[in-house]
Amino acid sequence: MITQVKKQNLYEELFQKSFSQSTQPAWLKDLRLKAFEYFSQNGFPTPEDEEWKYTNTAPITREQFSLSVEKKPSTQLENLIYKETQRSYLVFFNGQFIRELSNLEAASNIEIFSFSEALKTNNEILEEKLTKQVQYQRNGFTALNTAFIENGLFLHIPENQKVSVPIQILFVSTENVIATPRILILVAKGAEATLIESYLRSEQARYFTNAVIEISLEDRATLKHHRIQRESHNAFHITTTDVEIGEESIYDSTNITLGAKWSRHEISAKFTKEKAEVFVDGLYLTSGEQFADTHSVIDHLHPNCKSRQNYKGIVDGKSRVVFNGKIFVREGAKGTDAHQSNKNLLLSSNARIDTKPQLEIFNDDVQCSHGATVGQLEEEEIFYLMSRGLPASLAKNLLTYGFAEEIINKIELESVKATLDEALLNRLSVRL
Amino acid sequence: MTKALEILANREYKYGFVTQIETETIPKGLNEETIKLISKKKDEPEWMLEFRLKAYRQWLKMKEPRWGNFEYPKIDFQDITYYAAPKKKPKKNSLEEVDPELLRTFEKLGIPLSEQKMLANVAVDAVFDSVSVATTFKEKLKKIGVIFMPISEAIREYPDLVREYLGSVVPINDNFYAALNSAVFSDGSFVYVPKGVRCPMELSTYFRINTQESGQFERTLIIAEEGAYVAYNEGCTAPQFDTNQLHAAVVELIALDNAEIKYSTVQNWYAGDENGVGGIYNFVTKRGACRGKNSKISWTQVETGSAITWKYPSVILQGDNSIGEFYSVALTNNKQVADTGTKMIHIGKNTRSTIVSKGIAAGYSNNSYRGLVKILPKAENARNYTQCDSMLIGDKCRANTFPYIEVMNNTAKVEHEATTSRISEEQLFYLQQRGIKQEDAVSLIINGFCKEVFRELPMEYAVEAQKLLGLKLEGSVG
Amino acid sequence: MLLEIKNLQAGIEGIKILKGLNLKVEKGEVHAIMGPNGSGKSTLAKVIAGHPGYEVFEGEILYEGKNLLEMEPDERAREGIFMAFQYPIEIPGVSNSQFLRIAYNEKMKHLGLEELDPIEFNDLLKEKAKLVEMGSDFLKRSVNEGFSGGEKKRNEILQMAVLEPKLAILDETDSGLDIDALRIVANGVNSLRSKENAIILVTHYQRLLNYIEPDYVHVLADGRIVKSGNKELALKLEEKGYDWIKEAA
Repeated sequence: MITQVKKQNLYEELFQKSFSQSTQPAWLKDLRLKAFEYFSQNGFPTPEDEEWKYTNTAPITREQFSLSVEKKPSTQLENLIYKETQRSYLVFFNGQFIRELSNLEAASNIEIFSFSEALKTNNEILEEKLTKQVQYQRNGFTALNTAFIENGLFLHIPENQKVSVPIQILFVSTENVIATPRILILVAKGAEATLIESYLRSEQARYFTNAVIEISLEDRATLKHHRIQRESHNAFHITTTDVEIGEESIYDSTNITLGAKWSRHEISAKFTKEKAEVFVDGLYLTSGEQFADTHSVIDHLHPNCKSRQNYKGIVDGKSRVVFNGKIFVREGAKGTDAHQSNKNLLLSSNARIDTKPQLEIFNDDVQCSHGATVGQLEEEEIFYLMSRGLPASLAKNLLTYGFAEEIINKIELESVKATLDEALLNRLSVRL
Repeated sequence: MTKALEILANREYKYGFVTQIETETIPKGLNEETIKLISKKKDEPEWMLEFRLKAYRQWLKMKEPRWGNFEYPKIDFQDITYYAAPKKKPKKNSLEEVDPELLRTFEKLGIPLSEQKMLANVAVDAVFDSVSVATTFKEKLKKIGVIFMPISEAIREYPDLVREYLGSVVPINDNFYAALNSAVFSDGSFVYVPKGVRCPMELSTYFRINTQESGQFERTLIIAEEGAYVAYNEGCTAPQFDTNQLHAAVVELIALDNAEIKYSTVQNWYAGDENGVGGIYNFVTKRGACRGKNSKISWTQVETGSAITWKYPSVILQGDNSIGEFYSVALTNNKQVADTGTKMIHIGKNTRSTIVSKGIAAGYSNNSYRGLVKILPKAENARNYTQCDSMLIGDKCRANTFPYIEVMNNTAKVEHEATTSRISEEQLFYLQQRGIKQEDAVSLIINGFCKEVFRELPMEYAVEAQKLLGLKLEGSVG
Repeated sequence: MLLEIKNLQAGIEGIKILKGLNLKVEKGEVHAIMGPNGSGKSTLAKVIAGHPGYEVFEGEILYEGKNLLEMEPDERAREGIFMAFQYPIEIPGVSNSQFLRIAYNEKMKHLGLEELDPIEFNDLLKEKAKLVEMGSDFLKRSVNEGFSGGEKKRNEILQMAVLEPKLAILDETDSGLDIDALRIVANGVNSLRSKENAIILVTHYQRLLNYIEPDYVHVLADGRIVKSGNKELALKLEEKGYDWIKEAA
């Protein structure tokens, strides 16, 4: 109990430091205060909570972090920017949005605001979303993120704007820091955009990213969202992504998990109107002593919507993976078409996977299914490649590569794909 | 779809009658004295009483579980009668001495017990409230070494056997209701099949709750020695009361090397009325241990009754090459709740498990599959295949699937598939166009949906199961 | 008179598709109903069979002098009306032979005739299956599940053979069939043709009529029969297309 109090004192000190300097409007200060109170009382979730059954938060509880003192990274960011986004990237450093480091020359038809700007120009939208979409009471992590809201990002794709270049949001953190990035994305009616959310860090720094991303698609909007998590192998990472999808809109996301010592991605997509489509796909590739958790929820509240979840995992070393995918079909959501698949390859005898695909159906006019597998490569396939002269290990690695490619191929941006391919091939020691 | 719903909703509960018979009950409530009284009534040895008291003391420390995907009112455990028995004490060896009213009751339930009418090739143990009233073919079975008798008798006659195995698969503190059962269980069946014996007939127990305020806490223990085989069936009914009754049974199965146990259940406890008033709370712990190599335990269940069914017949696959199977049909209607599934715990090498679950939800009911497949680090080459299908009839019911898959060995192969469907207008019309009446069409489609499970049931039970689902398709199984 | 349709006005979801259709069919006759897409051919078939999704706004259908529209779809079937579906439905877990025996016995019961047990019925079924060149493995499989398009259509004709309808309506049975399957299906139908029954062929193409020769050909356009004739009419349609009729009408 004594250590528990100490931990809270640590965040208490950080919180007071951040909060005392705040010049934010009353509603936001109030929200932050309440969120911190919630965190102080509840702490991080424990395995007794069904949603955290297989996820031990103790490793984070044990760590101590501090707030950033640097305002700018000491290293160059250029090599972290994808070729396609050289003139359309936004940078978060230690959890804060830094406009001076960002470049939007090629995407002049979108609007971006730091939270301090948005509180002047779009205060109402901010209040609405920050208080109602991802509520701090969801768990200790969202509470902590909310308590530390400072300079977040509000990204607005105006009505009918088709953004021709992809936009990269780059997150960089330094040793010892707790980063709590917060992003609001609003894709207005008829607008279209592609987003790459990338957590990149080449060095072996130890830090904690606790991000919350709230996305709203109005009617007939399209957002392609690629999330690449390649944090340092000593990092702790959790992102809560919440998406609301309007009529005839399409949200298509691909979530790649490669990095971090301990990570969790919670993504929930909720249909707010009819006839929309959601694709939530992902790949996790873990080794060493990594722990990677994915919790995905698709909530069919309205009729005639379609959803697909396709997650694949390659689990090696002593790593542990958790997958929990849920489909809810609510009363009245007629004509729902929802499918989910989770396939896993366990490559090592010390690796472990816990998967829990879930269906909760309240309506008979639906087409729903899910499937989950845990296993190895097909003997027949290995044999086929070997019969063409490949050594067994190469045959297996090649097939493993093929298994992962289905997801990676969804990312249409060449340089993003190339770096992922490279990472995958390195991991599997395959040369093509 | 309303039509299909009506057809299901209008099924009558044929077993809702009450037998007018003088019953001996002990006062309501539970304390150490109650347990001592039950033990005394059953003339039990001291170790058995100790077992009960130990369980009771554990139970006192435990909390009533609330984790299911449903709500149920708090049960007042002091408002239950823990022992009820027909007054004339039957002498089990001669049926003539069994109260004719009881014989008539079981006959009405389709379970003739008298010598002339006995089901050929099925030995039956009939349990009425807290006691076993008759066991057929007991002597015939004894000749080949098979022991089939009420567990209360077995405790007296074969204490060493019972003592060795009782509580060895489901420990007394396993869960709240298992602890309660261990403290107060009244009767149930005991089966012992010796080494190398294939039990030549199916063994059946028929459970009947008659008394309104009594709970039923039966205990079943089945032991199959090396190379033995036994098929065991159980059936359950209860009268229609507007209060809820608690049924908290514990079933333990033990299969040693090369042994096989096939356990089938057709559960049709009273489900309550269309407003959810009355009905049985069926909170049961069933578990089998495949202790020996090449052993096999197979659970087949058809769950159509009870207000709430909460059970997970499980298999612990300890022996190398052992096999666990679970085949289930759960039909819920009106305000019924079923939260059922299985646990397959793979410990030994080359262990295999198969799960086939069919859930049919109608009315305002809530039908969940919940299952765990766990592959432990030493379970080399373990295999599991799971198929969970749900059918929804109407748009006010719920069907849920909660599979938990935990894999700690990289040579394992685990596959899980789940689908959700409904009876479509087009399917109904197609069958009607071929001249099949609508209600038969509904039955036919449901029967097809459940086929993989029905074919695992023994013949009489398959027919019974179809009848329970409102099906009129004699001879179409197989 | 086996079937008499008078001023039939019917449709789906409030939309009128048939707009005053008249047709008389006698025993022993084969009628072909042809027409462009959307003319109401399939609607006619489904209304006769009693599909619950279709509404009748006006008119009447007499079958053996009885009011057909008052009968449930299964009653119609037991009275001898059979529709071969354009898209046969899959019934998972119910075997073809099981399904057919139930349907057959329902009909027998209705007619006050003796029902067949599974063994007797199997003999009958095997005999009938030869007609459409279906092996016994088909009979064991679930109804239409995993069948190819051609297999499904052959299965429809097998059902027709077993149920021996007085009036068979084949709804686009030729669509999606290759030439071999078409021949098998047509042979099956022809061998079931008799003085005691009538057949209505609903088809878009003349092709089927090369195999099953109709006595009458009707052209359906915009919900009415706009032209009737003998098989020569079908050939003329093949040559000139449906526009020719539309213009003439």
